[in-house]
Amino acid sequence: MAFLSISRLTKTFGTNTTVKGADLEVERGEFLTLLGPSGCGKTTILRMVAGFETPTSGTIRIDGKDVTDLKPHQRKIGMVFQAYALFPNMSVRDNIAFGLKVAHRSASEIDARVKEMLELIKLPQLADRYPYQLSGGQQQRVALARALAIKPQILLLDEPLSALDAKIRVSLREEIRALQRQLGITTIFVTHDQEEALSMSDRICVMSEGRIEQLGTPFEIYNYPKTRFVASFVGTLNILRGKVTDGAAGRVQIDGQEVVTNRGLNGASTGDEVAVALRPEALSIGRANGQSNNLDGVIDEVHFLGSVVRIRVRFSDTAVSLDTFNRPNAAPPERGQPITVNFGREDILVLEGPAH
Amino acid sequence: MNQSRIIPWIGFGLGALYFLIPLIATFEFSMRMERGTYSFKAYRIVFADPGFQASFAYSAVIAVLTIIVGVALVVPTAYLVQLKLPRLRPVVEFLTLLPLVIPAIVIVFGYLRMYNSSSILPLTGSARGTDLLLIFAYVMLSLPYMYRSVDTALRTIDIRTLTEAAQSLGSSWPRIMLQVILPNVRVGVLSGAFLTFAIVIGEFTMASLLNRPAFGPYMQLIGANRAYEPAALAIIAFAVTWACMGLIQLVASLSPGSKR
Repeated sequence: MAFLSISRLTKTFGTNTTVKGADLEVERGEFLTLLGPSGCGKTTILRMVAGFETPTSGTIRIDGKDVTDLKPHQRKIGMVFQAYALFPNMSVRDNIAFGLKVAHRSASEIDARVKEMLELIKLPQLADRYPYQLSGGQQQRVALARALAIKPQILLLDEPLSALDAKIRVSLREEIRALQRQLGITTIFVTHDQEEALSMSDRICVMSEGRIEQLGTPFEIYNYPKTRFVASFVGTLNILRGKVTDGAAGRVQIDGQEVVTNRGLNGASTGDEVAVALRPEALSIGRANGQSNNLDGVIDEVHFLGSVVRIRVRFSDTAVSLDTFNRPNAAPPERGQPITVNFGREDILVLEGPAH
Repeated sequence: MNQSRIIPWIGFGLGALYFLIPLIATFEFSMRMERGTYSFKAYRIVFADPGFQASFAYSAVIAVLTIIVGVALVVPTAYLVQLKLPRLRPVVEFLTLLPLVIPAIVIVFGYLRMYNSSSILPLTGSARGTDLLLIFAYVMLSLPYMYRSVDTALRTIDIRTLTEAAQSLGSSWPRIMLQVILPNVRVGVLSGAFLTFAIVIGEFTMASLLNRPAFGPYMQLIGANRAYEPAALAIIAFAVTWACMGLIQLVASLSPGSKR
C-alpha cells in the first residue's frame, strides 16, 4: 500500500474547480514532483495534503490513516514555502526549535536536534542570526531545517526555489535532493520549472487544468509523453503538421517530404492530418543514410546560447529548432544557407488529436 | 544654501515657531511663581499635591487597563479580518473611525442613557461599574489609533504564510497568536498602546461627565483656580506625551529581528 494515497480529490472555489478528481499514490521515501503551469491545481493539492485547504470531495490517507479532516497541526507534515516563512522575531536557532518546543521536547533534546539540523544544512555558524541577516538561499535552508527538525511523515515543498537566483537554485536543488535521499523522507515538490522536476524527481506528476495528465519517471515523461500537453510542456518541442500517407508503414508527409516513424501513429490512419513532434536534441545536421529520416530546408535563424547553438531550419511552410554544441574551431552556420537535418525513426512522436 | 532649499527651511522654521513659542511661553510662565526669579516651585507644588498623585495614578491605571482590553480586542480582530475576512475590512475600518466622527459628549450621554442605575446593565450605579464603563469608552476612543497601528504592522508581514508555517509545525491558534503574530506586530501594538496612554491621560469629557477622579478633570480644576500650576501641568502633560512618542521610536528600533 502506498504511503500517501490521494483518492478522487476535488476542490472547488466558488464556481471554479481547481482540482478535478485527482488520484495519486506516493511510496514511502519517494520524491514526487507536481509539475504544471500556474493555476493547474498543483499547489491546491499540496495545500490539501498539508491541511490548509479542505477538499470538496475525496480522501487523503497517510500511512493508511485517513487524514482528510485532520487540522494541519495534527498531520505531522513539514512544509517549506516559496516565501521562506521564517519567523522574523526569532533567530535561526529558535526558528528550527519552534516545532520541537510546540511538541514539548526536553531542552537537551531540542538543543541536540537543532545542532544536528544546523550541521545538516551546513550553517552551524549562523545559529544566532535573524532571518533578515541571511541571504535567500540561507533562509530557505533554515526553513528546510525547521521543517525537518520535527521528523515529519511527509515533506511538502511549495516552489521553494522560485524566489532564488539561478545559480543558488541549481545548487540548492541538488542539496535538497541529497538531503531527501539521506533522510529517506517522502517528499512532494511543487514546481512549474520542468528542469527542476526532471533533475530532482523519482516520479513526476504533470498537471493541467486541475487534472493529472501523466504520472511517470522523468525519463518516461520526457521521452514518452502521453498527451499533447505533456509533450509540449515538458522540454522544448518542435511541432509540425503532417499527413499520414501510409498508416501501416508509419509514413507521414511533412511539407512535401516524407518521413517514417516506428513509434506508432497514436490512432491516426492513412489520409489523416497529424501533429508530429520532434525534440531539438534529436535533430542532427547533415544527410544520414539507412533507417534515418532526412528533411531539406534553409537556415532561418541562428541563436548562440553559449555551450549550445540553436539553429532554426525552415522547410516550405514549417520550421524546426535544433541544438548543436558550440565548437570554438567551427564557425556557426549562416542564415539562408541550405541545410539537411536528419533524425531517427524512433524520434518522431505523433501527438494525439488532430493537427492544428 | 541655494534658493530651492531655503524656502522649505523657512516653512519648517515658521511651523516650528508656531508650535514652540506657546510651549516656551507656557514653560517660562510656569517658572515665574516666585517673584523676581525662575524656579520649579509650581512643579514642586503640583507633584506634592495628593490630588495630582491620585488623579495621575487613576488615569495611568485606567490607561493600562484600556490598553490591555484594546489589544485583546484589536489584535485578533485585525488578524482575522486580514487572514479570513478581507471583505469585511472596509466595514471594520469604518467602525474604527467612528470615534473620530461622533463627539465624546454624545457618546457619554448615550452611555448614561444605556447604563444608568435604572437600566438592565446599571454600570453607572457603582464606582467600579463606572470605571469599567470608562475603560470601554476609552477602548472605543482609541480604536482609530490602535486598529491602524496594528493593521499596518500586520500588513508588513506575510501573516498567512507565517500562520501556515506555524500550523505545519504543530502549533495551535493561541500559540500562533502569542508567539508568532503578536511579537511580529509588537511595534504596531506598542505604538497603539503609547498613543492610547497619551489620549487617556489627557482625556477630559468622558471622565468628567462620568464623574471619575481622572487627570483630565483634575487639570481643568487646577486651571480654573490657580495661576502658575496649570502651566506646569500643561508642560507635564506634554512631557508624558513626548515620552510616549520617544518610547514608540525606541521600541521600534530595539525590536528583535528588526533591521537596525
